[in-house]
Amino acid sequence: MTQNFTPFSSLAGGVLIGLAASLLLVASGRIAGISGIVGGLLAPRAGDRAWRLLFLSGLIGAGLVMAALTPSAMTASPRTLGWVAAAGILVGVGTRLGNGCTSGHGVCGISRLAPRSLFATATFMATGVLTATLLRWLGAGS
Amino acid sequence: MTARAWDGVAAVGSGILFGVGLVLSGMTRPEKVVGFLDVGGAWDPSLAFVMAGAIAVHVLAYRWTRARKAPLFTAKFGIPSRRDIDVKLLLGAGVFGVGWGMGGYCPGPGIVSLASGAAGPLVFVAAMLLGMLVTAKLEQLSAASSDRNGQQRAKVV
Repeated sequence: MTQNFTPFSSLAGGVLIGLAASLLLVASGRIAGISGIVGGLLAPRAGDRAWRLLFLSGLIGAGLVMAALTPSAMTASPRTLGWVAAAGILVGVGTRLGNGCTSGHGVCGISRLAPRSLFATATFMATGVLTATLLRWLGAGS
Repeated sequence: MTARAWDGVAAVGSGILFGVGLVLSGMTRPEKVVGFLDVGGAWDPSLAFVMAGAIAVHVLAYRWTRARKAPLFTAKFGIPSRRDIDVKLLLGAGVFGVGWGMGGYCPGPGIVSLASGAAGPLVFVAAMLLGMLVTAKLEQLSAASSDRNGQQRAKVV
């Protein structure tokens, strides 16, 4: 096991993410799925735009404050920019086809025991593990 | 304040909490994400704690909503009701996982990390938006063509 193991800050961060998703659900009845919130802006319906922009501005605003307070908490990807670009395209295509990502399926959907989210999460965890493992074996990407 | 204004406040507040949580949890460190997914390497299980913490809290919120007809500030809950497992869902999730394991970013951490001003998150988010746009376009085209086919079939019948 690596010495980078951070169970406490990871758990605390997870609790905050859970609170964030809970606030959006309890106050507004909405699912805090990041890919869905962004995707909904690309083909907006009337009256469905403002909350998405507000959420994302909060997200990026929090990032700016955290980047100033703890710059070491945002590191560069271990992969080259070419791999990062390819990864971005796959994440964009995959999250739209599969209607969600780590937040919408992995947190919100699993909390409801939604069958689609359970299957989706099992699938993206499996292909994520396979990809990370394969790239290390091949020595590729960095 | 009106319910609509509170709805906006909740959206900003949720975004802020989500962003702080992602940074605190370690999700904005792609090498840590890759270290979590690479279970056969120097495995770092920390990120399992992120999911555990988030789900433990959100389960309670979801239980609370089940006893209510509507959320606090809007007319109704927009909770997905589909239960079918189709090829598109599994294919999409599979492709997403490959991208996640490749770059170490999922959508939330990619967007939050834009704040670092580094090239990586910028390239990731731009490519992700491109992927989303192309997919939405293709889905529109495919829906339109299946509509046309449906109409033609209807005429034949």
